[in-house]
Amino acid sequence: MADMKIGAYICKGCGIEERLDVKQLVTTAKRDGKAAVSKDHEFLCNADGVKMIQNDIDNDGVNRVVIVGCSRRAKTEAFNFEGVTLSRANIREGVIWVRPDNEESQETTQEMADDYVRMACAEAKAMKLPESSGEQPLTRRIMVVGGGITGLTAAIEAANTGYEVDLIEKSGALGGAVAGFYKRVPGKNGLQGPVDNDIAKLIAAVEGSSQIKVHLNSSIATTDGAPGRFSVTLEDGAAFTVGAIVQATGFKSYDMSLLTEFSPEAPDVIDQLTFEQRVKAANGAIKKADGSDAQNVVFVQCAGQRSEKPGHLSYCSGHCCNTSVKQAHYVKAAGGDATVIFTDLRTPGATGEDFYRSGQEAGVTFSKGCVSSVSAKGEVNYKDLILNEEITVNADIVVLATGMVPNSGPNPYLVLDRAQAKEDGKTELVATLDAEIAIQPASILNLQYRQGSDLPILRDGFNDSHFICFPYETRRTGIYAAGPIRRPMDIVQAVEDATGATLKAIQACENAALGRAAHPRSGDLSFPTFRKEGCTQCKRCTVECPFGAINEDDKGYPQYNEARCRRCGTCMGACPVRVISFENYSVETVGQQIKNVSIPEEFEEKPRILMLACENDAYPALDMAGMTHQEYSSFVRIIPVRCLGSVNTIWITDALNSGFDGIILAGCQKGDNYQCHFVKGSEMAHYRMSKIDDTLKQLNLEKERVATLEVAITDIQRLPAEINKMADTIKEIGMSPFKF
Amino acid sequence: MSDMNQNMLAKYRSSFLKEVEANVEEGHMVKMCMQCGVCSGSCPMQNHWDHPPQELFMMIRANKREEVLTSSSMWMCTSCYNCIARCPRGLPITHIMHGLATYAKRLGKVPEGQPTAKFAQKMWDNLKQKGRTNELKLGLALYFMNGFGEGVKKALSMQDVGLGMVKTGRLNPMELLGGHGIKDVAGLQKMLAKAEAIENQHIAEYKG
Ligand code: SF4
Ligand code: SF4
Ligand code: SF4
Repeated sequence: MADMKIGAYICKGCGIEERLDVKQLVTTAKRDGKAAVSKDHEFLCNADGVKMIQNDIDNDGVNRVVIVGCSRRAKTEAFNFEGVTLSRANIREGVIWVRPDNEESQETTQEMADDYVRMACAEAKAMKLPESSGEQPLTRRIMVVGGGITGLTAAIEAANTGYEVDLIEKSGALGGAVAGFYKRVPGKNGLQGPVDNDIAKLIAAVEGSSQIKVHLNSSIATTDGAPGRFSVTLEDGAAFTVGAIVQATGFKSYDMSLLTEFSPEAPDVIDQLTFEQRVKAANGAIKKADGSDAQNVVFVQCAGQRSEKPGHLSYCSGHCCNTSVKQAHYVKAAGGDATVIFTDLRTPGATGEDFYRSGQEAGVTFSKGCVSSVSAKGEVNYKDLILNEEITVNADIVVLATGMVPNSGPNPYLVLDRAQAKEDGKTELVATLDAEIAIQPASILNLQYRQGSDLPILRDGFNDSHFICFPYETRRTGIYAAGPIRRPMDIVQAVEDATGATLKAIQACENAALGRAAHPRSGDLSFPTFRKEGCTQCKRCTVECPFGAINEDDKGYPQYNEARCRRCGTCMGACPVRVISFENYSVETVGQQIKNVSIPEEFEEKPRILMLACENDAYPALDMAGMTHQEYSSFVRIIPVRCLGSVNTIWITDALNSGFDGIILAGCQKGDNYQCHFVKGSEMAHYRMSKIDDTLKQLNLEKERVATLEVAITDIQRLPAEINKMADTIKEIGMSPFKF
Repeated sequence: MSDMNQNMLAKYRSSFLKEVEANVEEGHMVKMCMQCGVCSGSCPMQNHWDHPPQELFMMIRANKREEVLTSSSMWMCTSCYNCIARCPRGLPITHIMHGLATYAKRLGKVPEGQPTAKFAQKMWDNLKQKGRTNELKLGLALYFMNGFGEGVKKALSMQDVGLGMVKTGRLNPMELLGGHGIKDVAGLQKMLAKAEAIENQHIAEYKG
């Protein structure tokens, strides 16, 4: 960019002019903000206002635009200028809407607005216009791992959009678990029994597609690179390049031999998958293991599932109630008697409800009860929960509805943790980790990443992928999880998953080619770079990046892979020597904002509170607090951050040193039920802040001055309350002694 | 009557549910109950009977024939229709209740001295005579249902109500002397006789 020229534009609309001295704001931008151009306008977001700004950009060389008016989340379409940086001073949602409209508040409200003008200009000065790195070409080819119904669907969906696919299947045939099904649970509602299994059609379509290359009996030797340029080699030596990956490696049945109370060794006590195969082999007849006809079949729901007993699965696998209804239908159709013993029958949706009813219509007996034991002879003992009595029924075959166990790869962090523990000399930890590593499954992707070979796992062995907010997304950019490796599910859900994940994979290829970020900062062109001369090879950034974006070179320097990066800034927050930055977001862009808040003298009794708010949840919540006119202290100055993980502790230390009286960090929920858009960002921030006490002690400051919060986007009342609480705390413990 | 019970028992040995499906009004819907318990929770009589509908349906499915047929439950149903209005599965619960009561009566399984069963019989006998219920006679019959002494006590305690009803023309003491009926009482009685014959024939079929 040529010489920096700041243009500050102050809006008078939306009641701003009535509440604030706009002339003064214009002066502040000019005098303190060093804006070359500083203008006000009646109505900045209308065509005339936008034209005024565009005109200054075109004819007056303005290249750093500062909009003083509404929140950065409002009017984004109007304020969208090519080739310039954009900063926003939020004096609407962040000032006039949260302050009372009266004489006595006038002065502090104006001070708030003036500070936001100074801060926005300071940010403008410190940032540059990001440009695409051009690191990746457009690769219109994806790899799908797993040839079950999820993988097959993913392959077909991708091929239908014109993409090419490499489909990797470990076994010698396509179709996965579903290929062994006699019939299927219907996918649509309407009172009907099991429907035909049409997986053969899907397999034929995949095999017949010229865009899909099927690799049977194959596994992956190495996967390297980044979205747009993943290079893959298979065990048999085949090598190819793909733009993105869909992992759909499916599930296996829970090991029923662990359920000793159910006589798992008996030939006619079997799990659902085995029963299915038996019925398919006998073409619908219901046979005991010795080949004789079976009359009575009892289905035991939740066998080793939804149970906190050690070795059991704590979760519900979602499909098994419908599967038992389906299999009970087989029994009725063959003229036998079927009893389903359940504690809660879970047949979700209208489809499930209809299917349950179809089972009842067919005469399947449903008993609400809890099975305590099954004898080898097939006596099923259970407590009837409606009649409240112990009952025994005799069955020719007992089918156990055991759960789904994901076929995910090993936990990639175990090996890294072990290396660290070894370095730290923690022999006990090394031993525990060794034991855990020994029982891990073989790697699936064999990623050549600094952070391990496979997709990270959240809990119960399932690959991390947010159930509600961002399904398919994993912690490895460009690699999407679909099907039962991310949560238990049935066929309909797996097919939907495959479709969603494939579209995500295609989007990743296209974004990578343009140098743009994927979710959640989709479209962002900025990416982190580091100043090599300053780097001490401490490895904090390579360890803490939640997305495994950074590798290390031979000398231990970080190697960024822009397309793997989500632009969270966690690395920037981690770097102790502060050499990591984005063009438009850096230690400097935020640091300068903090420095440009005017700190009144101690005797004025106007404390200053710095709030660093996550732009995904906390900042929108604050905007909504403004929209609903919740009042909060005029002493706070709020700076949105990409993620709490991007907060470098230097900002905290600097703020405390320059006289701020209190600091609030507002990020998202962390842990297993995280809401953090960058998964680990908030957690890292909390970890780092747990060590801030030392700094406070050194400065001789009370630890109440710094608060780290987990908030949700719905905390519209809570956030103002937290701000006011901090203001009260400061009143109690007194002003900071660091005002100069 | 007890022959019929024996025969039914033999015919549906393994499944009382099948017996109910074949012989009880709307009995084929019993299997559709999903044991949610909404009916039991909605029933105003829930605290007053042996088994609420949900449990009764489960008992049918669990082959508890004797317990179901001799239960007082279906005799306690007030036909308020709360359960039907709320059952998510659309079971005609009230009708099944009455169907079970009728079936139990057919098999001679009504519990001895069950008051609502007794009252139902009295109401039917009363209605049959003139094609209309004679409320005065029915009321008195109800008072004296449990013996003369109690009847007098009850009648005296209700004296004021009775007089009030007479005053407002709601009760006519003359009804005690015969009372008015429908136009074609003979026709009605013929119809009822026919119905009874069909019913008897129906029962005879099972007597073997
Ligand atoms: S910005 Fe986030 S995703 Fe990108 S390298 Fe840094 S820590 Fe990793
Ligand atoms: S409300 Fe209907 S479905 Fe629920 S328990 Fe009663 S009869 Fe069964
Ligand atoms: S209709 Fe009968 S069973 Fe149903 S809620 Fe009313 S009293 Fe209870």
